[in-house]
Amino acid sequence: MADGHPILEVRDVVKDFDGLRAVSGCSFQVKEGTITGLIGPNGAGKTTLFNLITGFLRCSSGQILFDGKRIDGLPPHQVFRRGVVRTFQIPRELKRMTVLENLMVVPSDQIGENLLKAWLLPWAVSRQEKDTQEKALDILKYTNLFALRDEYAGNLSTGQKRLLEFSRALMSEPWLVLLDEPAAGVNPSLMNELADHIVRAVNDLGVTFLVIEHDMNLVMRLCDPIIVMSDGVTIAEGSPESIQQDPKVLEAYLGYGRNERT
Amino acid sequence: MIDLLGIVDYGVGWAVVAGIYAVFTLGLNVHWGFTGLFNIGIAGFFAIGAYTSALLTTPSPDTALFEDFVFGGDLPSRLGVLNLGIDLWFVIALLAAATACGIIAFAIGFLTIRLKEDYLAITTLGIAETIRLVFLNEGWLANGSRGLYNIPKYLGGLVHPEHYNYLYLIVVLLVLGFLYIAVSRAINSPWGRVLKAIREDEMTAQASGKNVALFKLQAFVVGACIMGVGGALYAHNIRFVSPITFDPLMATFVIWAMLMVGGSGNNKGAILGSFIVWGIWAGTQFLPGFLSDPNIRLLMIGVLIVGVMLFKPGGILGEERRFSNRVT
Repeated sequence: MADGHPILEVRDVVKDFDGLRAVSGCSFQVKEGTITGLIGPNGAGKTTLFNLITGFLRCSSGQILFDGKRIDGLPPHQVFRRGVVRTFQIPRELKRMTVLENLMVVPSDQIGENLLKAWLLPWAVSRQEKDTQEKALDILKYTNLFALRDEYAGNLSTGQKRLLEFSRALMSEPWLVLLDEPAAGVNPSLMNELADHIVRAVNDLGVTFLVIEHDMNLVMRLCDPIIVMSDGVTIAEGSPESIQQDPKVLEAYLGYGRNERT
Repeated sequence: MIDLLGIVDYGVGWAVVAGIYAVFTLGLNVHWGFTGLFNIGIAGFFAIGAYTSALLTTPSPDTALFEDFVFGGDLPSRLGVLNLGIDLWFVIALLAAATACGIIAFAIGFLTIRLKEDYLAITTLGIAETIRLVFLNEGWLANGSRGLYNIPKYLGGLVHPEHYNYLYLIVVLLVLGFLYIAVSRAINSPWGRVLKAIREDEMTAQASGKNVALFKLQAFVVGACIMGVGGALYAHNIRFVSPITFDPLMATFVIWAMLMVGGSGNNKGAILGSFIVWGIWAGTQFLPGFLSDPNIRLLMIGVLIVGVMLFKPGGILGEERRFSNRVT
């Protein structure tokens, strides 16, 4: 697919949890404009890697570069400011806030986030609020959540919550979006819709995606290249076709001497 | 014959205290209702606000009475020249109480704000009790267990003492109204939206680029400043403060009851809850026989909380949903 320059570089990253090595010397690159898949058996260290990239965890060693600059060691809100956003494996919506508020909270540097300005400059704040709301409503129209804009996020179905996480990611005008199992618990028709949204975001908005996903149909259809992780390291990388035939991948997924498919 | 005027007088005195409690409840609403900070050490900020205002405004200690404390600011007489018809000292005392609480809250918050909610609760409870014990044992600071008295009345010279409560009620309601507007404006702004996001899910707030610790610290300081103002209003109403005033029951848990009953996350609910709970606390003392026993009255507040939680879990006025402006 695209041959953009590497927007994200993971170099020899190691993460230890008190003797348990979750990520052990993992390296790969994500090229700009791609939908890169990250697959691997449970416990391979994929979500840990997401947490390391987005600053929720600190690397024990190794480097993570975004757009050529190191982001390992930065707190989550500063990684976000560089243009990297993530979604969560289990949707973490802001339950007692409306769908619209869930989006409006996202933009950085809102005037009214400064308490003194919120008190003293109500006109400037409400003018910016109008713009923020307009932008949020546009995104909700784009992701077909517009009708639910005034609903509490806690009342949405699992699939709608996934769409909400996705919408919230778009709200930040990201460069790189990390999606952690976007299709888990989502019915097939909504899954197709979500896949369309991802493709459209790449084409229309120039967003790059790194996607953890267990649904192989979706991964094979959507992602190129695909990176395979097992036991904390990358074991293969390539196009969907080459990954499907890679003996190391089959071994990691199926193990020796087992017949049942996962 | 029913003494109608007496009842009204009593009602006004009651409303003064309820209004002061409403100030505390607004402060707690900033902590818990909007940000999810589990502060059960309100009494600490209550004490700091009350003592700051009292120490600044009481006359200097009288050596003939063997008073222990060393500092009495005596602000009203010192500011005599500046008064120009308005009693500035009261405004200064309230601001000083808020500032003192803000500084202490910043120090506490800086150390503890990263704690998860139940740990923060234990910590604030412990710190509040520590603050109370400091005032109890450090006699030089605020006269220890003997307490501070002669705390001046605001505009006390204007009306006959018998009717002073009417005047002070107006003062309390003005301060309450000002704080209500200030808190509501802050909460309805993007600042308040970030606080709510933190309350709902800290990780999501972080993943949306918010410096969660910074916002929590701000909310903690703002809520504490409001509680400091409440403490100052209380000191100039009762005009005597001692460490006994700040026991956890009447200075922390009653305020929690008020917020739970009225509606956490709703400023109107916070104020309503204060008047309801204080109404029950005051009203039940007139019940016959054993029913007016303080423990039974407290039990009734407990029953009220359980009842409200069962039938209206969000409080009488729950949090209001914010609808989008009507755009096409």
